Amino acid sequence: MIEGAVWRKWVFFYIPLAAFVFLLLFPFYWMIITAVRPDAELYRPWNAPNYAPFWTANPTLEHIRYLLEETLFSTWMLNTMIIALVSTLISLVCGVFAGYALARLNFPFAGGLGTGIFVTYLVPQTLLFIPLSDIVRNFRLGDTPWALILTYPTFLIPFCTWLMMGYFKAIPKELEECARIDGASRFKAMLYIILPIAVPGILSAGIFAFTLSWNEFIYALVFLSSPEQKTVPVGVTSELIRGDVFFWGPLMAGALLGSIPVALVYSFFVEHYVAGLTGSVKG
Amino acid sequence: MAQVVIRNLNKKFDEVHAVKDVNLDIRDKEFMVFVGPSGCGKTTTLRMIAGLESVTSGQILIGERVVNDLPPMDRDIAMVFQNYALYPHMSVYDNMAFGLKMRKFDREEIRRRVHEAADILGIRDYLHRKPRQLSGGQRQRVALGRAIVRHPQVFLFDEPLSNLDAKLRVQMRVELKKLHERLGTTAVYVTHDQVEAMTLGDRVVVMRDGVVQQVGEPLELYNRPANLFVAGFLGSPAMNFSRVRVAAANGGLRIENEGLRLAVPPPLAGRVGRYVGRELTFGIRPEDLRIATEADPRDLSFEAVVEVVERLGSETLLDLSVGADTMVAAVEPDAPARVRGRLRLAVNPERMHFFDPATETAV
Ligand SMILES: Nc1ncnc2c1ncn2[C@@H]1O[C@H](COP(=O)(O)OP(=O)(O)OP(=O)(O)O)[C@@H](O)[C@H]1O
Ligand SMILES: [Mg+2]
Repeated sequence: MIEGAVWRKWVFFYIPLAAFVFLLLFPFYWMIITAVRPDAELYRPWNAPNYAPFWTANPTLEHIRYLLEETLFSTWMLNTMIIALVSTLISLVCGVFAGYALARLNFPFAGGLGTGIFVTYLVPQTLLFIPLSDIVRNFRLGDTPWALILTYPTFLIPFCTWLMMGYFKAIPKELEECARIDGASRFKAMLYIILPIAVPGILSAGIFAFTLSWNEFIYALVFLSSPEQKTVPVGVTSELIRGDVFFWGPLMAGALLGSIPVALVYSFFVEHYVAGLTGSVKG
Repeated sequence: MAQVVIRNLNKKFDEVHAVKDVNLDIRDKEFMVFVGPSGCGKTTTLRMIAGLESVTSGQILIGERVVNDLPPMDRDIAMVFQNYALYPHMSVYDNMAFGLKMRKFDREEIRRRVHEAADILGIRDYLHRKPRQLSGGQRQRVALGRAIVRHPQVFLFDEPLSNLDAKLRVQMRVELKKLHERLGTTAVYVTHDQVEAMTLGDRVVVMRDGVVQQVGEPLELYNRPANLFVAGFLGSPAMNFSRVRVAAANGGLRIENEGLRLAVPPPLAGRVGRYVGRELTFGIRPEDLRIATEADPRDLSFEAVVEVVERLGSETLLDLSVGADTMVAAVEPDAPARVRGRLRLAVNPERMHFFDPATETAV
């Protein structure tokens, strides 16, 4: 039976795991290899004798140089960074307070309101951008970072609220009651007891919100028009695909550089993040 | 220095009437224990005293003040929760200091009080640890420490020992008792463990379905239960009950059913006399039965068949069938009892209890 266990482990664990890892990582590999592949190799026909799609013998930084010097890529990065950070911050603050209220304050219709907020999160952005564009125009926000900073929270706040609500509900309410007997007001009990305990939850909500706004495409495409206002996903795709010509090298270089901040954020907070997802605080 | 007075206290959750017309005077320095089966409203009463639950009607006074509308922090109480509710992100020291910090004590005073409490409870060595690095018993001490550093007027305990293993529970019970003797702070203690209730309480309140059944010193409740519920709830193994008929017989009174035929001792005859020709519930505690000798009068003993013999070492429990009833007797450890053997058991006439079958109150 023990020998049986070894092959079982291979068949049911290692091999599926390897396949899974391969599937997940291959696009990244493809992105990296394309970003450093010289044009001559990129546009070589598949039936040429020295065609080698998965490897390059002459890696080059030319595409990255082109991206940074010939396009507005660094401006886009900066725009995206500012927009993602500010909208995440707004959404986190609102989400934390709203989540706390829904989880802890027993006001009428709290349950219905919670469900309602979740439902708004389910409204597809492809529908929501139509009325939103009207609002953006009325407030003359079009083509400014504010158009995104103020519209991203429409889907980030419900998301953060929902996540934080679940997290707060998992914290034993005795902790707070004890703090209130100890002499803390409701607000202080939240500040000194509940929020520090909820840090993993807040971090995972923040990471999610940051990633969502970093990668957001539709609003950025619709609300911004001038090249120097654009975010990375829109900038890269609109400036590096001209007509039906794909500048694969710089495109992939843009994708690569654009995903670095998100990857950094994830790896930096990964421990808290996992703790936040698996949740639960013991009293 | 505070008594707690509860007047006509009621609590309704939408459907459930959890606490019904509770009246209670808890004296200064008293250790009052609430005991009762699950769901009887003990916790709800305690939480209303703490201010964590609103009062539907009635009054609660702490000291001289009506506290109904005071928030928990202004009631000058401390509470120990069943799950300890230690702040997981703070060290033991900070856990204990939190209440003092919130009340703006100065640093030196906080340090002094925390160290004092830590010495009393023997947790001086863990002050810088986090709660998750402590064992259950140590956490319990920290929770106690957090309550005592504030020198509150009243301690509230909600089943503080129920998460501990049996041995530790006994040990902490003794320590709680000592602590109370040392500090003399008024305490209200909720438990469903009758041993805790009997050993800790200066007085005990027995509750059922939101209604106070009886209030009194532990032995008073044990020896003179006010009704069938209290009689059956306190004591382990529980009191034996048996439905009997009361009859007059050659100058005295007799109770009888299929298996019993006992004389009612003269001191009780007056009260039992009103039930001649009617039924009563007769109660006798297992330890008030013993194996009869030749000297025992026939009308204070009865015949029984032994069903089960449990030898516990300190005593032996006999499960008996007596007529249609079953009874338990606690007899000496080496009692000569065999399964399915017949035995004669003598009743301690001073410890017989009678209850009205309709109202369930003691006769
Ligand atoms: N927040 C609440 N909402 C509705 N009903 C409640 C609430 N809290 C308690 N109850 C009900 O009130 C009654 C008394 O509950 P309580 O918690 O006081 O019981 P308890 O005596 O402490 O029991 P236990 O020994 O199990 O802790 C129960 O029937 C319970 O279901
Ligand atoms: Mg309870």
